[in-house]
Amino acid sequence: MTKLIARRLAISVPLLFIVPFLTFVMATLAPGDPARTILGDDFTPEAYQALRAELGLDKSLFAQYADWLRGVVQGDLGTSPVTGLSVSGEIISRVGVTASLVLLTTVVATLIGVGLGVVSALRAGWLAKAVDVISLVGFSFPSFWVGLVLVALFAVGLGWFPATGFVPIDVSPRAWALALVLPITALAVHAIAMVAKQTRDAMLDTLGREYILALRARGIPERSIIFRHALRNAAIPVSTVVGLVFISLLDGTVLVESVFAMPGLGGLVVDATHRHEIPVIQGIVLTFTVVVVLVNLFVDVLYGWLNPKARVS
Amino acid sequence: MTYSLTPDTNSARPQRVRFLRSLRRHPLGALALGLLLLLAAGAILADLLAPYDPTATDLGNSLSGPTGSHLLGTDALGRDLLSRLLFGARVSLTGTAQAVATVIAVGVPIGLLAGYLGGWVDRVAGGIIDVLLAVPGIVMLLVIVAIFGNNESVAMIALGVLGAPGMARVVRGSTIAVRNELYIKAARVSGLTTRHVLVNHVLPRVSGPIVVRASLFAGVALLVETGLGFLGFGAQPPDPSWGNMVADASQFVAIAPWMLVPSGATIALSILSFGLLGDAIRDSTAGRARGADRVRRKVAGDAKEPAATPAQPATETPDDSDALLRVRGLTVSVPAATGQADIISDVTLEIRAGETVGLVGESGCGKSMTGRAILGLLPQPVAVTGGRILFDGQDITKLGPRQLQRLRGAQIALISQEPVASLDPVFTVGHQLKEVLLRHQPGSRREIARAAVALLRDVNLREPERVMRSYPHQLSGGMAQRVAIAMALAGRPRLLVADEPTTALDVTVQAEILGLLRRLQRQTGMAVLIISHDWGVIADVCERAYVMYAGQVVEQAPVLDLFDGPRHPYSAGLLGCMPGRAARGDLLPAIGGRVPQPGSWPTGCHFSPRCPIARDDCTRDPVALNETAAGHASRCLYPLLVDEKVFSHDAR
Ligand code: SF4
Repeated sequence: MTKLIARRLAISVPLLFIVPFLTFVMATLAPGDPARTILGDDFTPEAYQALRAELGLDKSLFAQYADWLRGVVQGDLGTSPVTGLSVSGEIISRVGVTASLVLLTTVVATLIGVGLGVVSALRAGWLAKAVDVISLVGFSFPSFWVGLVLVALFAVGLGWFPATGFVPIDVSPRAWALALVLPITALAVHAIAMVAKQTRDAMLDTLGREYILALRARGIPERSIIFRHALRNAAIPVSTVVGLVFISLLDGTVLVESVFAMPGLGGLVVDATHRHEIPVIQGIVLTFTVVVVLVNLFVDVLYGWLNPKARVS
Repeated sequence: MTYSLTPDTNSARPQRVRFLRSLRRHPLGALALGLLLLLAAGAILADLLAPYDPTATDLGNSLSGPTGSHLLGTDALGRDLLSRLLFGARVSLTGTAQAVATVIAVGVPIGLLAGYLGGWVDRVAGGIIDVLLAVPGIVMLLVIVAIFGNNESVAMIALGVLGAPGMARVVRGSTIAVRNELYIKAARVSGLTTRHVLVNHVLPRVSGPIVVRASLFAGVALLVETGLGFLGFGAQPPDPSWGNMVADASQFVAIAPWMLVPSGATIALSILSFGLLGDAIRDSTAGRARGADRVRRKVAGDAKEPAATPAQPATETPDDSDALLRVRGLTVSVPAATGQADIISDVTLEIRAGETVGLVGESGCGKSMTGRAILGLLPQPVAVTGGRILFDGQDITKLGPRQLQRLRGAQIALISQEPVASLDPVFTVGHQLKEVLLRHQPGSRREIARAAVALLRDVNLREPERVMRSYPHQLSGGMAQRVAIAMALAGRPRLLVADEPTTALDVTVQAEILGLLRRLQRQTGMAVLIISHDWGVIADVCERAYVMYAGQVVEQAPVLDLFDGPRHPYSAGLLGCMPGRAARGDLLPAIGGRVPQPGSWPTGCHFSPRCPIARDDCTRDPVALNETAAGHASRCLYPLLVDEKVFSHDAR
């Protein structure tokens, strides 16, 4: 267990430095530079040099990186060259939206996915087929397209949910929930498919094991065999997939936030990309990398907790 | 050396041919491939096929649904959606191809080298793979787009790099599997360069997984490509891409929802096709079988004809035996291509209360299935198709799941061959033991805990408290078997079925476990059915024994009589392998030939193909079990006489 976590940390901690560094390297390789972008077509050489100095662009790559790291340690991710806003402030103000979306989708997808997976493992027939169909749909239809179809049907057509936007939970829990239904659904289809498939495979694998036969031979009721023993064993591989689902949702949220015009990090990174705001993107990359590292650590701990073999040895 | 190199000089071709041929057996995969080829053709021939210029506007006909002149309708500027789809395919499919080419170009060499060379190369590659796998993909791509400007090719190549670890992992795994094959080793020893071996010998062998992975990745790449297009990156208006067509449609969801359909359906169908194609290739290159299928295939794979009708159970005679367990004419079958194949045919046996009885035979003779039938625990497609299993007068084959559950553990218990595997790995021994105890006797938590410790002490486990806290993987095989015995005893069963209880254990531990079983049998007065391939075990603990061969009981006798004078040639041959040194496996050293598979049993005597004294009439009709002396019966037309030797090296 400690070994597992140590290994994960050995990989993750460098990641926190390497990924932002790569963005610096790429930024220097890229044609054009931010100073020119900011100044537009019409500028004096003095103004250009002054701005470069102000942005730290006249320093070496490593010096720039070191400056940035120093800022990060103090919670300062720099300012947007376009809007002049503080990057960390911007990220903090938007992180709640993305967090609601990703966390809730993970919960919803896990509950529904595990449920579908278990049921379809226990009985072949139409439910198993339904899981197959959901998997196919989930894997094939892009989440942004599903989101648009949902808008067409349930927002525009039936008017049950708002088509776009986000309401903070402290403003109105009801409006918050309503606004999240469609985005979560759009994101969850794929996530449910992943979880359901893994759950079914894991359940089938577990139910074929020797100890299940032994439990039956001891007269243990089927309910306990399935929900206590089989499900508990299947949870080990399923927990790994839930971690992967969470990470894939970070990507999915970029698209879905755009569909629903939600003021989250995904929308921010898209805008920043359109405007070439490198510091903003670097800030978001750092944020996402930290989240990925934390999620992986959490999954490792969960794995160890679920799997005594990993825990002890 | 050349002989060992021949198989692979042309192995690349057969492999490829096999992909295509195998697709014939996967209609969905073939359909998917056809659709993808069609789309590619449409993209290439867009200039010829498209009815309109993709950017030509027709404001009079804007936002129309499908009409005669615009088959798939038009967008807000009246541009023809079909034409835009065809031209958009160029962008989207080119991007996908770039990403796939990159994933192959980067991932395959890394995987090949890591898998083939191992050592530090493998570790470094593994580290890089882990790092890249932890990077959020689309966000990383946006960084690249932001920095390098809106260049679709750069973005898609970057996507390929991000996808390379997944590919490398697959290739590495397959390469490790191939690395140690004989002809690869031979090629290596013969002094060919690593490069040559990898390219000419290893690569063709791992091409299957590569194609599968590439196909699945193509789906992901297309998803990302259209996603970027939707976000406004890649092809810029007015030029179409599938992604920006969805973005166009998103502006008019309220008034023209139809516009979502052509682009969305095309994207989804393409991604689906890549997925189905990948699955079809995987299924055909690595025939996967799982669960029930495997059992069915294994047991009935070569059932050529409906199994010979078993001899009529000769047991419809009034049955006044007072034995605890009476199995009468039991036939167990598995559905096969042609009707059903019998695994057990007309087995009759009985066990009196407190008696210890052996069931001997080679693996595959049906003895374990007999044991599982007694517990009502036959694996899925296998079922009882004839006969009765009377336990205490009650026919087990007629009980429902509820009644069976009440019987198991409380009346009949089982211990099995793999003691560690028979315990749930995620719960402690104590947890599992207490669950069983609670099932069979009411009691407070403290009483149950005390009973659990007492049970563990009963099976000679020192430090029962420590064992209670242990997980199964922390126990030795012998300890785990003691725990399993304790759990089997928890419900105070009247019959214990012990299926190869000592096979997986060390010799010294075997003796201890057998001693334990003997003592427990004496103390509790339960009956025990020992299923084994080992005469030593039978001789050690049993009073009577049944010998099984190819689904039938061929001889039954008190153990001493059986050892002194087997009356069936098979038993005699099997006893020739004493003392207990018989290798586990199908082939008996003393008997030529192999045990016939279920479904391919000969008519007449099942043993006739291997029997040294077989005569013509042995193969004519099913042979019945005939009593040769009191309590001794043999399923042989020409039962041996006492001390008759039929095998040259009969080692008694
Ligand atoms: S019946 Fe015939 S073939 Fe079968 S064991 Fe007896 S002698 Fe051999």
